[in-house]
Parts: sequence; C-alpha cells; structure tokens
Amino acid sequence: MNFVASIGLEVHVQLKTRSKMFCGCAVEFGAGPNEHTCPVCLGLPGALPVMNHEALRLTLLTGLMLDCEIAPLSKFDRKNYFYPDMPKNYQISQYDLPLCANGRVPLHERAYPSDARGKIDKSVPLARIHLEEDVAKSFHFETTTGIDFNRAGTPLMEIVTQPEIHSPDEAFAFLASLKQILIQGGVSDADMEKGQLRCDCNVSVRPKSRAELGAKIEIKNMNSISGVRRALAFELDRQVHLLERGEKLEQETRGWSDERGETFLMRTKESAHDYRYFPDPDLVPVKTDSLVAEVRSRVPELPAAKRARFVEQYQITDYDAAVLANDVDLARYFESAAQGATKPKQIANWILNDLQSALSAANKTINDCAIPPEALRELVGLIDSGRISGKQAKDVFADMFASGKSAGEVVRTKGIEQLSDTAALEKMCDEVITANPKPAADFKAGNAASLNFLTGQVMKLSKGKANPQLVGEILQRKLK
Amino acid sequence: MDVEYVARLARIGLTSEENALFQKQLGQVLRYIDKLKEADISGVESSAHAVPMFNVLREDEPRPGLTVEEALSNAPRQANNLFIVPKVVE
Repeated sequence: MNFVASIGLEVHVQLKTRSKMFCGCAVEFGAGPNEHTCPVCLGLPGALPVMNHEALRLTLLTGLMLDCEIAPLSKFDRKNYFYPDMPKNYQISQYDLPLCANGRVPLHERAYPSDARGKIDKSVPLARIHLEEDVAKSFHFETTTGIDFNRAGTPLMEIVTQPEIHSPDEAFAFLASLKQILIQGGVSDADMEKGQLRCDCNVSVRPKSRAELGAKIEIKNMNSISGVRRALAFELDRQVHLLERGEKLEQETRGWSDERGETFLMRTKESAHDYRYFPDPDLVPVKTDSLVAEVRSRVPELPAAKRARFVEQYQITDYDAAVLANDVDLARYFESAAQGATKPKQIANWILNDLQSALSAANKTINDCAIPPEALRELVGLIDSGRISGKQAKDVFADMFASGKSAGEVVRTKGIEQLSDTAALEKMCDEVITANPKPAADFKAGNAASLNFLTGQVMKLSKGKANPQLVGEILQRKLK
Repeated sequence: MDVEYVARLARIGLTSEENALFQKQLGQVLRYIDKLKEADISGVESSAHAVPMFNVLREDEPRPGLTVEEALSNAPRQANNLFIVPKVVE
C-alpha cells in the first residue's frame, strides 16, 4: 500500500469511585432511572461542585502507571455546548492544564488480535490524560428522548494518544494493553461492553510521499475492542479508495454501525462544535504534589516488571512470562499454582496450552475455571512423581475441567493410576521377554530400537497402566 | 466580532436591528477590555482565580441526594422515571 495511516485514539474511562466527580451522589451500575441525582449533577441553578479526592488520585495513579509527566498545577474548565444530556449547558473538563501529559502505553505481542500477532516492545505515545464529568444517558424513542441522570457527573478520565497508531491491529493491541493496566491499578473495571471504557478514533491517511497528515476523520460509537478494529479497517479502506479515485477528504465526524459493518457521516467540519472553553470559576486549581505522594504506593507491578520477575523467579521462557504477565487474572492464577511447585515451567505449559484452549472451547475465563490453581499444581506433581503418565494426565485434566474434582480424586475414581509397582512390572517384563525371544536377543546384540518394541508389549500387557520409564529400566537390567 | 455567530452558539435569535445594536455595544465592551492590555503584567503569574486557594476536595463518600420524585418535579414531561425531551439524534 502506498498510503500511511495515522490513528489517534481518545479513550474515556469510568473511574472506580463510590461517588460522583463533583457531588456525593452514589455511582452504582444498574440503579433505576434518576435514582442518584442532586442539584449539582442535575445542573440546578446555584449548586456548586466540589472535587472528588479519589478521582484525582486515580487519574494521577494512571499517569504514574503510564509514565506521564504530572502537572504540578492543574485546573478545570467549562466546555460549552447544548445537549439535553448536560443540563448546565457546559461540561466540566480540563483544557490547557490537564493533570497528566505525555507518557506511553507499551504493547505486548499477546495484546494483538489472535489472528494478527504484532511486534513486541512497541509503545504508543500519549498526548495527555485529563479528568472530566460524564454526561447523562439518553434513550431515543420514536418521537421523544428520555434522559437518566444517574451517570451525569460521574468521574470520567480521558486518555488521548498521539496520532502514532498505524494499523487497526495496533489500535486493538493498544486498547487491550491499556485495559490490563487500568484493571491492574484498580483504576477502572474497563469493560467496554458496559461503557466503562469508550473510545473515539481519529483517522487520517496520506500518500507515503507526503509528510503532513491527511484530513482528520473522527469515528464514534464503537462498543468493543474488536469493533474499533473493524471500524478502523473499514474506514482506512474507504479513505484510501477515495484518494485513489482522486477525491479529496474533508474533516468530518462519522459513526460506526456494528450491524452493517460500516461507518456513516454524522457531521461535517462546517457544523463542528465551538466549545468556547474557559476556566470554571466554581472550582479552585489543584496542586498535585501531595496527591501524587498519596498514590505512589498504589502503583502496582506493571506487566513489563512482572514479566521480568516471572523469568527470574520461575525460570519460565520470556514468551510464556509475557503472556502470563500481560493478563492480570492469568498471572494471579499462575502465581498461586506455582506456589511451592517443583516445576513451575510445567505449570506454565499446562496453563498456556491445555487450560487456555479448554477455557476458550468452553467460552469461559480463568476466573470461572473449575480447576483451582492448587489442583493444577497437584496434577503436575502426579506426573512429575511418575504416578500418572503425560498421556493419562490429559484425560485426568479433562475430567477435572468438567467436574471440578481434584486430580487425586479423578485418578482414584477412574483407576488410571500408573502402575509403578516394581514386583508386578518385573513379572510382566519376564513374560514379554519369554514371549519375544528374537527382539530380546536383538537388544542384547546391540539393537537399541528393540527396547521400544519390548516396552510397548509390556504397556499392552498392562493395558497402558505401566510406568513406561520404569519398564524401560527393568527391561534393560534384565537384558544386560 | 461576529455577533451572529455568538448568538447562534448561545441559541439566541436576533433581529437585524438587535444584531446591529449588539455589534456596537459588544464592540464597546471589547474595546474597554482592551484597556487591560495596557497594564504591565510582567512577573505576574496568570491565574484563573483571584484567591490563592487550592485543593478544595471532598472524600469519596456517597451521600443521599434527591428522591426520584424530587428530581423529576421540574420536568415538563416524564415517563418511566425519565426526563422526556424532544427527540434528539446526533
């Protein structure tokens, strides 16, 4: 392709606070319409806003996690527009002194969509992070619109990237990586389907030969990370086609229809908003030094650090460590399972292979997995001590996954314990040697492959229960 | 200044006479404010507030607000505990 895509994202994140941004109304998902309102969030005349301490902390915590510069002094501004979801006719936001600037979100290989693994160790640079209030929720009926103010005034953090995302896959990886960090820091539950994470995309394409960015086209209304990826793919394709036909692109805002799989025109540059920002006289400025000191201890171990520690502490590969460390829940599961285990490497393998594919086949997540971490450790211990073979372990695993039983219990009830009783195995080996004089003689004469045949015969005789390693040892001793 | 544009942003309908009147009056206001530009403010830090006050915060504790009935008592129209407004679609 002879075109370069420049994509910038504006991500809105609902912060995990108990009360709203500028008033004490409760933040509660699923409450009945207009159950959590007061004069402040209804925009009644004379009501005065007071900032939520925790919302400021969570935004600064995000800034620290994403390596931002924290503004020593920050303030809130009014963004003016008329829309019934914002009855004050302005939204309290931040204009020229946002709480955080710059910073970056590192992308990891496993954050990319499964059909498009990307490069490790790229990161997306951020422009800023600011704090604002969310607006009410609108329900559009046939001839009217209904408004529920429960969400109005809840804390909303906006993270703005530089236009340095260059493909829909990278945008996907950015959102997946960001989401993990936000969850890990306890900043937000970041569930896009619940609207806790919302994203607008600014897309432009330009011929490779030109340096300046093309016309900026904004896309709204995507409600899943894969929706963002599809919308961007559609939009890039559309823009490139237009440019190739010699048409000119103009700045505009487009919506995304998930059902139709296409973007559509919402408004053009002529009808773009003029927000007339000015400082909100109802709110005094914020000095951040004491607030930053309060959240320093809350910065969690981030994926990159966790990945390095996993390699060091559990001797697993860098790749496995990256996959485990990038997923908070998977990392927690691994660490509990690896606790006191002799072979953490084996545990990582089971989680990343069998457990992951079983979970995805059952459409489950690690959090509702029937096998508790200790049970997986027990299973790996049984293989390690030779009580069951690797092959038997697969069956035991499947049973554990379906029934939630412990490894020991499955082994006992199914009677699939590996036969490691030396006396019984010796007897079987003798039988096999007597019944197969030629291969026995061949092995004695130096044909090592004959041992495999003889071992196989013992396995058959034991109906697959014999410990193959032990059988091999006994046969070799007998045929010396 | 573009009075017509400012009026449109504020959703105010003006007659052409009013438009001319405000053009003149607002022009005077702006010229008056221009006087401020004559003041020497070198060494003065810009500020959005006259009082040097910072970090007026409240702890993140929910407290009761209005009941649904109280909240909706000023609504010109309501249904199913929602405020009802003319249909808006962006």
